[in-house]
Amino acid sequence: MNLSPSTENSMALMSRKIFVSLDTTARSKGSDKVATQAENILNSQPDLEAKLVRNGSRGMFWLEPLLEVNTPKGRVAYGPVKPEDVSEIINQQCFNDIVEHPLCLGFTEELPWFKSQQRLTFARVGIIDPIDVDDYINHGGFVGLTSALKKTAQQIVDEVKESGLRGRGGAAFPTGIKWQTVLDEPEQQKYIVCNADEGDSGTFADRMLMEGDPLVLIEGMIIAGLSVGANQGYIYLRSEYPQAQRILNLAIENAQAKGYLGENICGSKHSFHLEVRLGAGAYICGEETSLLESLEGKRGLVRAKPPLPAIEGLFGQPTVVNNVISLASVPYILSHGGASYRDFGMGRSRGTLPIQLAGNIAQGGLVELAFGISLNELLQQYGKGCKSKRPMRSVQVGGPLGAYLPEEQWHTALDYEEFASIGAVLGHGGIVVFDDTVDMAAQARFAMEFCEVESCGKCTPCRIGSVRGVEVIDKIIKNDNNEQIRQDNVNLLHDLCDTMEYGSLCAMGGMTPFPVRSALKYFPDDFLPQPSTEKAQ
Amino acid sequence: MAATNEQGLLQIASIIEQHQTLPGAMLPILHAIQDNLSFIPSNALPLIAKALNVSRAEVHGVISFYHHFRSEKPGTHVIEVCRGESCQAMGSRVLEENIKQRLAIDYHQTSKDSQYTLEPVYCLGNCACSPAIRIGDDIHGELDQQKFEQILESLNTYSLELK
Repeated sequence: MNLSPSTENSMALMSRKIFVSLDTTARSKGSDKVATQAENILNSQPDLEAKLVRNGSRGMFWLEPLLEVNTPKGRVAYGPVKPEDVSEIINQQCFNDIVEHPLCLGFTEELPWFKSQQRLTFARVGIIDPIDVDDYINHGGFVGLTSALKKTAQQIVDEVKESGLRGRGGAAFPTGIKWQTVLDEPEQQKYIVCNADEGDSGTFADRMLMEGDPLVLIEGMIIAGLSVGANQGYIYLRSEYPQAQRILNLAIENAQAKGYLGENICGSKHSFHLEVRLGAGAYICGEETSLLESLEGKRGLVRAKPPLPAIEGLFGQPTVVNNVISLASVPYILSHGGASYRDFGMGRSRGTLPIQLAGNIAQGGLVELAFGISLNELLQQYGKGCKSKRPMRSVQVGGPLGAYLPEEQWHTALDYEEFASIGAVLGHGGIVVFDDTVDMAAQARFAMEFCEVESCGKCTPCRIGSVRGVEVIDKIIKNDNNEQIRQDNVNLLHDLCDTMEYGSLCAMGGMTPFPVRSALKYFPDDFLPQPSTEKAQ
Repeated sequence: MAATNEQGLLQIASIIEQHQTLPGAMLPILHAIQDNLSFIPSNALPLIAKALNVSRAEVHGVISFYHHFRSEKPGTHVIEVCRGESCQAMGSRVLEENIKQRLAIDYHQTSKDSQYTLEPVYCLGNCACSPAIRIGDDIHGELDQQKFEQILESLNTYSLELK
């Protein structure tokens, strides 16, 4: 297309942009009202020739609603912004450089919290318009797919194997090996299923990615389809994420319109169809076999393994089931090479991990870094301590089934094997911080209660064990100062934890003992009878 | 389980017809019915069962398995309170009790004036700004009692405007 000079000039002016996030957390802090205000100002001042972009979030949630303005030197951040602040910020000068304003934070990418990160998977989140395919392509999107289209299925799988990418769920299974198993199955209907049922408290990386850069997940799923010979994909999304659902559907529609989804993608002989399916509030459906049952339209009961889903998965067909972050890491691997990804990280934990800082934390948000950083560095350097300004006491890593870690373990490096060696899990990289007012006996009780509510009910250790677990913890907490009875109940709780850990069909019952045992081990005083006044504090 | 009237049944029949050929159509059908009618009426069960060639017991089994689906008509506003650990770390246990007292209902109950239904939810993914609640598709973070009162007030104002 030939552009006349005047059109070019106006295009250059139109590249003036104001960014306000549409991410759920930003919206929960009022970003929609800020965006509406910005839109009104831009409409009333057409001479500014600027447009509003609703982007994802940079993940600095204590600064949301964050308003960014692009300048020739980089994006300038203002935050946290209230609607009444917007008119003071937006003027001709703000598009040229940093302007003096009490809410001005300087260049976004120079903020120490942001600058020190190693964003591979989240490289575009908070930067692009999430549903604009052209914006995605201008920021390196679909390079991985283009590269994959030139490779054989085996070459794609080999690249993923070389990257050392492991599933971001509890088991941390190597993604390349899983894909190889599906590829090796005879030619038939195969499926790619994205597990977007991120139910762990303290985790929101999947949500942020799906809201901020859904096309990278779509691209990852198309590449997965090419690598194993699957032409149909499903994103199983939790119903608690309505914003992610809207954005994913719009992104799929736009990708389809541009020929990246559907028949003969990018003019090749390959086809790939993609659909978002909504879960219905069952935590257990994050377990891959429950998820498949749910997708098939049944109750989300866990299936016994074998057969592995890679061999008999959705509707009995070979199926790749991967988490959002695993699939969204694939485009980087295919565009930069498996070795480039593998060069980040430590030990057998390769690449980067999107880490989520949550709970009682001054600076909560998402940090993407190579594996290997210590928990302490994250809590202090990035999190800046407790939001309540009280001392930190306990940190739960890896969701409701993860261990509670006391201060002496915060030196542990974020690495699957390092965490396993202290009886903890890294899971999805969610970190929930508690200050010194936490009652760890109550937290242990909640772990059992959560299992009771969310157990699928198929196996006895989980279904009955969790009910008994709540009862025994209640007895320990309420005991009448008889040390012998107390000790008997503590022993009983340990026995029960053993039964659940070794007898349950899946991680729900198998890992519920992790938070319970760690609370008992590291915070035993909380389980002692306490004077009611002291407990009330 | 509550039933629906003739008009509701026609709507359900149309929803089933639109979705029944999808592979694994059960959840999409149930979602669409609940989105349209705000609950899944008892007299929808035989229609779903027939269309999907399963027993009514199986349909009931699916509805009762998932926390999201409901068999009774809820209040005008469904308030979902996050009970996740992250929210607990920011005082949600006290907040939950206060909300229950304020609305004079427990979880899974609807207020006498049919305005509010209260439900627990396990993680809204708003963990960096805990505690959180969801009303409709809106998620509110960094909640405290004062903010909750403001939200209630805005809900009431909104419903008056509709009239």
